[in-house]
Amino acid sequence: MTGLLEVDNLSKRFGGFVALEGISLSVRRGERVGLIGPNGSGKSTLVNCICGTLQNETGSVHFDGHTLNGASAHQRTRRGLARTFQLPRPFASLCLADNMRIPLLYSVATRERHSAGDIEDRCLDLLRQVGLDDKARRLPRELTQVEMRKLELARAMASEPKLLIADESMAGLTHSEIEDILTLLNRLNEQGVTIILIEHIMRAVMSFSQRLVVLVSGRKIADGEPETVVRDPEVERAYLGQ
Amino acid sequence: MRSDLFLLVCLAVGGVVFAAAMTLGNDYYFFAGYVVLQYVVLSTAWNVLGGYCGYVNFGSAAFFAVGAYATVAIHRFHPMPIPFLVAIAGIASGVVGLGMGYLTLRLRGAFFAIATLALAVVLETLTVNWDYVGGSRGAYIVRPEAIAPFGSYIRYLFLIMLLIAIGAITIARLIERSRLGLGFATIRDDELAAEASGVPTLRLKLIATTISGALMGMAGAPFPYYIGFLQPSSVFGLDYAINSIAMPLIGGTTSWVGPLLGAVLLGSLQQIATVTISSAVNLLIVGFLLVGFVIVAPNGIIGLIHKYVQHRPDILIGRRRIAADAPGPTP
Ligand SMILES: Nc1ncnc2c1ncn2[C@@H]1O[C@H](COP(=O)(O)OP(=O)(O)O)[C@@H](O)[C@H]1O
Ligand SMILES: [Mg+2]
Repeated sequence: MTGLLEVDNLSKRFGGFVALEGISLSVRRGERVGLIGPNGSGKSTLVNCICGTLQNETGSVHFDGHTLNGASAHQRTRRGLARTFQLPRPFASLCLADNMRIPLLYSVATRERHSAGDIEDRCLDLLRQVGLDDKARRLPRELTQVEMRKLELARAMASEPKLLIADESMAGLTHSEIEDILTLLNRLNEQGVTIILIEHIMRAVMSFSQRLVVLVSGRKIADGEPETVVRDPEVERAYLGQ
Repeated sequence: MRSDLFLLVCLAVGGVVFAAAMTLGNDYYFFAGYVVLQYVVLSTAWNVLGGYCGYVNFGSAAFFAVGAYATVAIHRFHPMPIPFLVAIAGIASGVVGLGMGYLTLRLRGAFFAIATLALAVVLETLTVNWDYVGGSRGAYIVRPEAIAPFGSYIRYLFLIMLLIAIGAITIARLIERSRLGLGFATIRDDELAAEASGVPTLRLKLIATTISGALMGMAGAPFPYYIGFLQPSSVFGLDYAINSIAMPLIGGTTSWVGPLLGAVLLGSLQQIATVTISSAVNLLIVGFLLVGFVIVAPNGIIGLIHKYVQHRPDILIGRRRIAADAPGPTP
């Protein structure tokens, strides 16, 4: 059986700079994968290539039985691939509830019909899950950086994805907030959502992930059981020992 | 308010405006009012792309001209009723809008604006060299003296422009409150995030350029009858391009009310200036007002109202677009 997500030999350059080189990655349905690597190792670029925000030069991405090469970002989202942006990109002129409404109207509603009342309830429910429901009518610019990350996560959840990629959603959060987000991600996972967690906070990654993938300088140097991977000498040297 | 009800209210207001003008009895008011209404259509149309989607179009004159020249071309072939010409002009300029959308899909910001300017230059060159519609010499369109039951022909033209304006405003408001309008707002805010949320940004942009272009062309369709003699310089001038940008900016771009307010205000001011001073000062007035507003009230008249009126009526902000002028840094 093939996985939900199959990345095969993917490479990406920015001009002469090789950001990703020959990345292959397979993620099973329902899996929780941690993706780690030093700053600038290409984690966000990999997310961008998987989700169609950037076009990779070589290699292919298969998702849920479809090949995604050439598919636009919105088509991938509608197929069930959602991501957060590392630097939050909220819709600045829309209130928080409407920020949720966009994926509901443009992604979920293309798969199944919902009444207007349903959608309104869903918006508030999503905000409640990240603790922002009391600010549903506020604008994003009234939020703190941390709240902005939660908004980003809630908006990704709003498209009801099969695979959710969270790109450093926990940076700057307090201990208990990290626990809250982990609980939330675990609950999503129990509901069947596959999750890739990109994170620098090792404690969070280790407790969450069933498998750990390590990127260094655009190459995948390790992929396996978390405890084994962090003890891998190459990983220690390239990443943890720096 | 429901959209069909809104349309009825608009028609009622339009009826009052028309009745008032009829009572005044002086054709001058129709001539002046026609120009103001034409600007209402142009600025509402510009705002569909510029205000809702955030794509600044400097080529409004080109779309207006497509409408006007569609009329000339058809008229030369065979005179037709004006409502029919308006429909044809709308289709023609809608197609041009769609074409412009396709050609500029990947362009943003200043590059998009420059491309629209280039479109206007290209179309002007084509028009100047198209002999069938008069080329650089221009073309005469003889306006009938009178038409029943309105009396003079200008009253009929005024009524048509009034109806186009009502149609344009109704469409703009409909867009604002629909899924489409919400999608447009995400394009204005952040296209990458919009795509990541499932919004087909390229398709929505094409829809916006088409609607915007079509409405501008419809405003241009009766123009040859209004002016009587159409030459390229009478439509491709700075007036239309500048006014259709300045009016929404001065009124406020977040809701349909802004372009309407801006057009009525600036349009009337220019008509008054034309009579009392000279039409040469029109663009000067616009320029000063624009600079003033950019400095004092970057969100236009609507923005000012938001700032100073605590209980702002819903009508001014639309249902969703909240607090364009709320405290905090502007993005
Ligand atoms: N749009 C871009 N243009 C040029 N270089 C880029 C671009 N995006 C990322 N990079 C470069 O690619 C490398 C990987 O970046 P990124 O994927 O953001 O790393 P990570 O998320 O692992 O910190 C970095 O060196 C970065 O400077
Ligand atoms: Mg990153």
